[in-house]
Amino acid sequence: MSFRAAVVTFPGSNCDRDMARAIESVSGAPALRVWHGDSALPDNLDLIALPGGFSYGDYLRAGAMAANSPILRAVKDEASRGVPVLGVCNGFQILTESGLLPGALMRNAGQHFICRTATIAVGNTSSLFTSGFKPGEHLRVPIAHHDGNYFADDATLDELEGEDRIAFRYADNHNGSRRSIAGILSADGRILGMMPHPERAIEPVAVAEMGSADGRRLFENVFDKLALA
Amino acid sequence: MQVRILVRLKPGVLDPQGRAVHHALDGLGFSGVEDVRIGRVIEMAVADGTSEADLRKMCDQLLANTVIEDYTIETGDKVVGTPQ
Repeated sequence: MSFRAAVVTFPGSNCDRDMARAIESVSGAPALRVWHGDSALPDNLDLIALPGGFSYGDYLRAGAMAANSPILRAVKDEASRGVPVLGVCNGFQILTESGLLPGALMRNAGQHFICRTATIAVGNTSSLFTSGFKPGEHLRVPIAHHDGNYFADDATLDELEGEDRIAFRYADNHNGSRRSIAGILSADGRILGMMPHPERAIEPVAVAEMGSADGRRLFENVFDKLALA
Repeated sequence: MQVRILVRLKPGVLDPQGRAVHHALDGLGFSGVEDVRIGRVIEMAVADGTSEADLRKMCDQLLANTVIEDYTIETGDKVVGTPQ
């Protein structure tokens, strides 16, 4: 089977090529590229990826404009049919703004843009994205964001914890996220939003530069699980 | 018709920007500032007769993120807010 993944590019996306390259590197199949103004996605997708960046210049709120773009209607339709969706950084912001994931991403508590490699602890290990990890395992993954401070009310946070939907937590909560949340899953586990950038920790050069290609394993989880299915 | 929409963080939601500005006001020597919260004003010209329901929909769907923000809509002398 040939892995069919689509990467959506918005005006202001800047990690779309990294995302496509990560998918291609792991799956061996070219990633399909979709423009924000398109109203339809390619058929029979195995994965939809919403990349990082500053879609629409972060106007109004990060992700708010993209969440109301034509392609997001198509993403919602496909997600409701069970097509897996991965949103990274701005992609996570778009997923919360569109209501596909609960909560919101606010300005970092310290007000600063933070760009460094973070240590995150694995929570859920049963989803498509996380099944190859061990519970509590630490991963080293780059972060680069200004609005990564995850907020949800206590009832929502309790529900996320109760349903094992917290995919990743920061080992060192650098941005003020409630309960140190770095990534969460939808109720069916097929939508993952996360602030850290797994697509930036893929190649051997990433190991040389920052000592980690842990991001690769997330894509391998998806690919292995779907290829075996 | 002119409409003014105020979007504010909900009470209890941390406002790091407001806190930084508060700190800067202290640094400038203004005493007695007890709290600073920063929001956004959106001014719109809309067709006369645009319904309150439509204005609320605009706020709920795009202008405010009701997970973290409340809004008030001012049209003439009338002020309505986020449903509580």
